[in-house]
Amino acid sequence: MGAVFALVTVLAFVIVVYVGVGVAGLKSLFGIVVPYAAFLVFLIGMVYRMIDWAKVPVPFRIVTTCGQQKSLRWIKRSRLESPYTNFEVVLRMLLEVFAFRSLFRNLKAELKGPNLVYGSYKWLWLGAIAFHYAFFTILLRHLRFFTYPVPESIQIIDQIDSFFHIGLPHLYMTDVVILAALTFLFLRRLADPRLRYISLASDYLPLFMIYGLVISGVLMRHFFKVDVTQVKEFTMGLVHFKPKAPDVGVIFYIHLFFISALMAYFPFSKLVHMVGVFFSPTRNLANNSRAVRHEPAPWWKKPKFKTYCEWQEEFKEQLIESGQPIDEDCYKKK
Amino acid sequence: MAKLPKPDELIKSIDWTPPEKDWMDDVPPEIKPGRFCYPAKKNILEEIGFPNPRDWSPLDDDWKLPPNFREIIIEGMKDRLSKYRSFKVFMDICVRCGACADKCHYFLGSGDPKNMPVLRAELIRSIYKGELTWQGKLFGKLAGARKLTEDIIKEWFYYYYQCSECRRCSVFCPYGIDTCEVTMMGRELLHLVGCNINWILEPVRNCFKIGNHIGIPPHTIKEILEYLCWDIEEVTGLKLEVPINKKGAEILFVTPSGDYFAEPGIYTMMGYILLFHYLDLDWTMSTYASEGGNFGLFTSHEAMAKINAKIYHEAERLKVKFIIGGECGHMWRVKHQYMDTATGPAPKNLETPKSPITGTVFEHAKSTKMIHVCEFTADLIAHGKLELDPSRNDNYVVTFHDSCNPSRGMGFFEEPRYILKHVCNNFYDMPENTIREKTFCCGSGSGLNTDEFMEMRMRGGLPRANAVQYVRDKHNVNMLACICAIDRAALPTLMNYWVPDVQVCGVHELLANALVLPHEKTGERPRTLNMRQEPLKPEEEENA
Ligand code: HEM
Ligand code: SF4
Ligand code: SF4
Repeated sequence: MGAVFALVTVLAFVIVVYVGVGVAGLKSLFGIVVPYAAFLVFLIGMVYRMIDWAKVPVPFRIVTTCGQQKSLRWIKRSRLESPYTNFEVVLRMLLEVFAFRSLFRNLKAELKGPNLVYGSYKWLWLGAIAFHYAFFTILLRHLRFFTYPVPESIQIIDQIDSFFHIGLPHLYMTDVVILAALTFLFLRRLADPRLRYISLASDYLPLFMIYGLVISGVLMRHFFKVDVTQVKEFTMGLVHFKPKAPDVGVIFYIHLFFISALMAYFPFSKLVHMVGVFFSPTRNLANNSRAVRHEPAPWWKKPKFKTYCEWQEEFKEQLIESGQPIDEDCYKKK
Repeated sequence: MAKLPKPDELIKSIDWTPPEKDWMDDVPPEIKPGRFCYPAKKNILEEIGFPNPRDWSPLDDDWKLPPNFREIIIEGMKDRLSKYRSFKVFMDICVRCGACADKCHYFLGSGDPKNMPVLRAELIRSIYKGELTWQGKLFGKLAGARKLTEDIIKEWFYYYYQCSECRRCSVFCPYGIDTCEVTMMGRELLHLVGCNINWILEPVRNCFKIGNHIGIPPHTIKEILEYLCWDIEEVTGLKLEVPINKKGAEILFVTPSGDYFAEPGIYTMMGYILLFHYLDLDWTMSTYASEGGNFGLFTSHEAMAKINAKIYHEAERLKVKFIIGGECGHMWRVKHQYMDTATGPAPKNLETPKSPITGTVFEHAKSTKMIHVCEFTADLIAHGKLELDPSRNDNYVVTFHDSCNPSRGMGFFEEPRYILKHVCNNFYDMPENTIREKTFCCGSGSGLNTDEFMEMRMRGGLPRANAVQYVRDKHNVNMLACICAIDRAALPTLMNYWVPDVQVCGVHELLANALVLPHEKTGERPRTLNMRQEPLKPEEEENA
């Protein structure tokens, strides 16, 4: 089963680092080579994917309209659900990207006796929003390791995130949220027979990698504490291309390996949805194809068809018999 | 033909729980009668020059594919991946979140897991991964990748002709993945190896060669229109004539041929004729461009363009100023989203549509020069140019079926409702989650409205019928209005099966009923019959 494979893979990651760093002492490999390589793969991979999509033409304006079109002046149109101008398209995209607009529409169909009913079902939206925003905030917080002096905005995020002052160091709310959201997203795949049916190993793997990433991070912060000064020296070294592998516990290397693995995996997996959504022609085009002429794709050829004159020749007798006009122009041109 | 289960048996047979067996290994599918359409006949494929014409049946073991079908399909796939960004991006970004799974009417009605849009797309995606990406080649099933085999072609044929290209799934997908696009690509690929259905390709042949889906030759079209005019005379006393191939007319009117030859579409056609006469419009129909609909859309982008191109060609020859299109769903997807790019630019003699009656300029159609008849009519009503007596439709309690294509491919919601609210007194919408952009397909869209597909049509139509039943029970709805010729052909069968006391009509049929003609106002000849030649009010039946 996919989930088992994903779990085994992630455990194997842990073992590899444990053996590699803890036993064989390959600190430079896991601390410097792997992260740099992963980052390169991520960058080049993502740029490659984007170019790969961008170079394919969009031959037709296949907007999925989810609201009233612009037509008669007195009919109220929906600017966000059926954008007519490019500005409105941008607004629609912003809603999709920042509020998961389409996911928010989600319904759950149920068959009650002979009747179908469709209830609102926002759990997936909530889980996805919680997960993505927590992940995003955690990434932002991490900038404190990569900047000197740390910008105030990052410090503020940090303070808000640890607002409740639970434990020492303070527990981050986003850590709790992301673990809860990941658990929901995972259990959902297992519990719902239909989702279990469609889920692949490659659907469980990113979830587990992020689990590994978050859990190793939490463990490092609260249980197997590492020397933060050394870590910061190391991360600043990475930024300035003068890296020196830190002399800290294996747990840090495990954490670092998870983020490296995730970065390297990103461009080749479904995680590319992050940029792919911007390329989706059903969402990123304006619904104005009757008002504005859009150039066809370079490969598009005007169709060949039976012209009127050819058709008239073929049906001439019937046309005359039934008293339909014969177009004399067809003969003039010859 | 397969036996159709009774409605209650059909409902009981629906089970949304997927089987134990992994979907990737569950091929070939068990091809069930009532759930597939007959293949395109050999001579039809020959006539339109499509590959691999032969006699075969989906129930055969050997589908007589070309020996190099694998290369053909894989090359075809590469070609399309480099031409359609939609296809490429949709192959890459699905996260299998499942939001689309229970949005497809064919899944809801059949419970067949491969009718979940996500899996329908995965049928091709898995081959894309397995044949064209290194991740798939390396990790195989773990990455959701499969190799292309003959069994997979069978699976594709079965499931890409169980999708009506309705795009409901696309509304709910967080990335707007449109399984309709995937189905279109699937069907294009299947054409390459000669797996396609007659119900689509015969109309396409007819359109290429004769001018319309049904293959009505020009003199017969004229006769049919004359019959319809006689029927109008029965109802109104007016002697009308439909202008045909008239050069220099202001407006070219195109509408699906389905509406001139079968009930209840003909009543809508009569509605247009009566309305245009009422307005004294300078219009013409064409017996050459005699098809508004476009089964090419269900075939390939090329076939779609080839059929559509005749309309501009004819508009140029007749030197009209603009084009009005009748009520039709998939036709309007073509006219709105494809027409300009695929067959434009519009000929020079066309002008931005301007209503000769109200002076309204239809700016939103300034490039294609083509407007929807409901836009035209709603504008007339808003300007008070039509005298209407909605009580003439008091026999009817009306609801409105949003056809998939105008809804999700155009955003066409208010125009028809505006007309309906002015031409009848009793109008009730179906529940919110079953209309507008969330509307359910009639179950027979995209060229699947054939008799041998009946079980799947009734299954796929269940969500729509169920919502109609809801308003029937709640408000005594007995008339389902729609703006689509396929609907008018398919919904009566669907209603007859699930909600037998509900009839189907076009919006302009109801308009024609309500339209008060000048001589009716003077009392010269009051209207007693509706377009169906039924008494307007039940009590008149008794008086007579
Ligand atoms: C338009 C914006 C986005 C939308 C609508 C979106 C939506 C989703 C959805 C629905 C899931 C699936 C949850 C599941 O069922 O497993 C998901 C997973 C995920 N997304 Fe996004 N996402 C977006 C942008 C991003 C961005 C910017 C990132 C950058 C880090 C990202 C990273 C992930 C990750 C790591 C997962 C979890 C792994 C998984 O479940 O496969 N997403 N996203
Ligand atoms: S809703 Fe979109 S992303 Fe989710 S499973 Fe369906 S197609 Fe894939
Ligand atoms: S386009 Fe319509 S019929 Fe096809 S998969 Fe999507 S919801 Fe189902």
